[in-house]
Amino acid sequence: MSATTTQKRGLGTVIWDYMTTVDHKKVGILYLLFGGIFFLMAGVQALLIRTQLITPENDFVSAGLYNELITMHGTNMLFLAAMPLFFGLMNYVMPLQIGARDLAFPFLNGVGVWLFIFGGLLMNSSWFFGGAPDAGWTNYAPLSTQSPGHGVNFYVLGLQLAGAGTIISGINFIATIVLMRGPGMTYMRMPLFSWTTLVTSILILFAFPAFTIALFLMQFDRMFDTAFFDIALGGNSIIWQHLFWIMGHPEVYILVLPAFGIFSEVIPTFSKKRLFGYTAMVFATFLIAFLGFMVWAHHMFTVGLGPVANALFAIGTMAIAVPTGIKIFNWLLTMWGGSIKITTPMLYALGFIPSFTIGGMTGVMLGSTVADYQFHDTYFVVAHFHYVIIGGSVFGILAAVHYWWPLMFNRMLSEKLGKLEFWLFFTGFHLTFFIQHFLGLMGMPRRYWVFLENQELDLGNLISTIGAYLMGIAVIVLLINVVLSYFKEPAPRDPWDGRTLEWAVPNPTPYYNFKHTPLTRGLDPLWIEKMEGDGKIKPAEPLHDLHMPYGSILPFLMSLGFTIASFGFIYQLDGPHGRILIYIGMAFAIGCMIVRSLKDDYGYNIPKEVLEKEDD
Amino acid sequence: MSHQETIGRSAHKINPNKAPIDPSRATPEGKYKHLGIWIFLGSETVLFASLFGTYIALKNSTAGGPTTQDLYGLELVFLMTLLLLTSSLTSVYAIYHMKNNNFKKMQLWMGITGLLGLAFLACEIYEFAHYITDYGFTFRSSAFGSAFYTLVGFHGGHVIFGLSWLIVLMMRNAKRGLDTYNAPKYNTFALYWHFIDVVWVFIFTVVYLMGMVG
Repeated sequence: MSATTTQKRGLGTVIWDYMTTVDHKKVGILYLLFGGIFFLMAGVQALLIRTQLITPENDFVSAGLYNELITMHGTNMLFLAAMPLFFGLMNYVMPLQIGARDLAFPFLNGVGVWLFIFGGLLMNSSWFFGGAPDAGWTNYAPLSTQSPGHGVNFYVLGLQLAGAGTIISGINFIATIVLMRGPGMTYMRMPLFSWTTLVTSILILFAFPAFTIALFLMQFDRMFDTAFFDIALGGNSIIWQHLFWIMGHPEVYILVLPAFGIFSEVIPTFSKKRLFGYTAMVFATFLIAFLGFMVWAHHMFTVGLGPVANALFAIGTMAIAVPTGIKIFNWLLTMWGGSIKITTPMLYALGFIPSFTIGGMTGVMLGSTVADYQFHDTYFVVAHFHYVIIGGSVFGILAAVHYWWPLMFNRMLSEKLGKLEFWLFFTGFHLTFFIQHFLGLMGMPRRYWVFLENQELDLGNLISTIGAYLMGIAVIVLLINVVLSYFKEPAPRDPWDGRTLEWAVPNPTPYYNFKHTPLTRGLDPLWIEKMEGDGKIKPAEPLHDLHMPYGSILPFLMSLGFTIASFGFIYQLDGPHGRILIYIGMAFAIGCMIVRSLKDDYGYNIPKEVLEKEDD
Repeated sequence: MSHQETIGRSAHKINPNKAPIDPSRATPEGKYKHLGIWIFLGSETVLFASLFGTYIALKNSTAGGPTTQDLYGLELVFLMTLLLLTSSLTSVYAIYHMKNNNFKKMQLWMGITGLLGLAFLACEIYEFAHYITDYGFTFRSSAFGSAFYTLVGFHGGHVIFGLSWLIVLMMRNAKRGLDTYNAPKYNTFALYWHFIDVVWVFIFTVVYLMGMVG
């Protein structure tokens, strides 16, 4: 979708187009749009948190509102901002990188994105329906089962919908990468970003169902008086912690592996060298994912699982540092002797390496069980996970947005503003979180509404808040950059002198992606053609009719039905009228499924003659 | 993707003289669906594993209410196991006939599969009603009650979903016969149905057999 075509059509047409789309590129843009909105909301919530903590015993927000803010900040950032932003990039870029014309299940892709959007809107609508969730993003029982009002119910149902969308997308990505790679695109020629998409999807596939069940148990306990977490009837609240972290720990790798993939694209492109140790990078990705599944209990060292369990999980945790270290050294060696060009994406990559390494080091410190008893629930933990999630995932997302913006929106983002944004963000980030290590070591607990005066915490908190505002300004600079880019000239094709297949398509990307099925002759296929050929990707077969799927409004309506039913589940607690909503919503959603089953959808063909008239 | 595969995306009546060996995987869509359902079942495995874990953790938390030994009787469970495992076998027959391009026999065996599933479901409803009326054992009674009804009920919910799916599928295609568009749909259903049976084998062992010995 190029900006020039949008200008020619009415706004209504464009909105209808996006509501019914099954095109992986438009679905990707939907993910980016709504992920971006949730990112901004969570960012504002972070600024409110930091404003509250700017001075000791501040009363900027009430204690209850503070709890809601920290809960919504964490939940929004992890489930509704970072992950969907990566999903947007994967959706847009991965099929182009492997030479595919769409995902394996375009219709399901639509279902996934609308479930995420409606789930996110449902959870955030809680602000207008009597209060947001307030039991922390981890939502530990029994705090969450005792939390009054509907807040936690919105958390449960919103994340249930978004989580279902996530699993659907994960299945789709795996099937696409396994079955739809273009001719010559063997596994070991796949760009690292596609590799990390595959591994991330595998993580999602096996991690998220545990959370689905945890949410069901929580829903039953809160809405139907079951006793899973009710000690009086023999329940056990540790079950929530286990199920949550069985999802929650792989989740942090779900968030960081795609960023690793992005940097593995950005660094070779701007160093003009192929990725150092490609095979080791792939192997390390798998090793991180594998180990990531066996360390969830390191979030639970202080629960009292016993020394044997704690020791095993501590060893597992420290072992993850090895494959991560392999990656760090490979990125450094990729740059070694390269002809490095400092652009905004490259700046983020350069900022990422030391920042993430610091986060990894504190991770190993936290992985030591004995030390963890001191660090647990202090700002040291807060500093650690912001170092890995901002220093890893957010830097990755920002690098990718600058890097792939010309591909996705046919415009260049300003490099001047981009570099300004980087320096503001980078400075603000370290200012905010570096000091928090020391605040934590001095004993400042996380999640507390206020801290007392004259405990040597005042200055540190002030510095931290100033840093947070710098990051806020950086995001505003990015938004200005985005708006200004709209008025620019269209970007040239392949503006970064790229190495992979996504840069071989015309700009703007045609809706069928590749006119000719591309032939991959090795790792970094476009670079090979630039060095050994005429710079153009060779067609793998003669031009022929292309088959395309039809768009459909059903994914939108189906997700809407589930959302109505979710409101029903929440409000049946207040009286029978809620039950009516459940019936209406479920009937609507199931009706859509039946329509989908009954109505044949063969798709359509783009004739060869039409394609011949298009640009290469 | 080759030329043949690309145009193969639309449905083709199967030509008996050169019938594909497996019509459910004759088109790219069929191949995608075949892999997709396997991946989906992988994630379903984790779903049920989480429920089994919860059940095992809570099965002795009866809070003074009925225990596993009070409740379970193997006669009914044996019958249910028989019904569901046989339905898996009949769905294999159905897929066998699909591969021989014999639509009528496929529908017949799929129909028998559905009837066996319905019988299983009836037994399960009877079982739950029995526990509730005769023992006052509900999913609010104790943590064990919550875990039992959630695990077995989730499985029952999967059976209901599978049966609804099968009914829609059979009715939709009753008059059109087998083609490369609907063959993958029967194939994915059959795989899903096998998965439900496998889960039941674990429920039979972990819930009922282990429950009998305490």
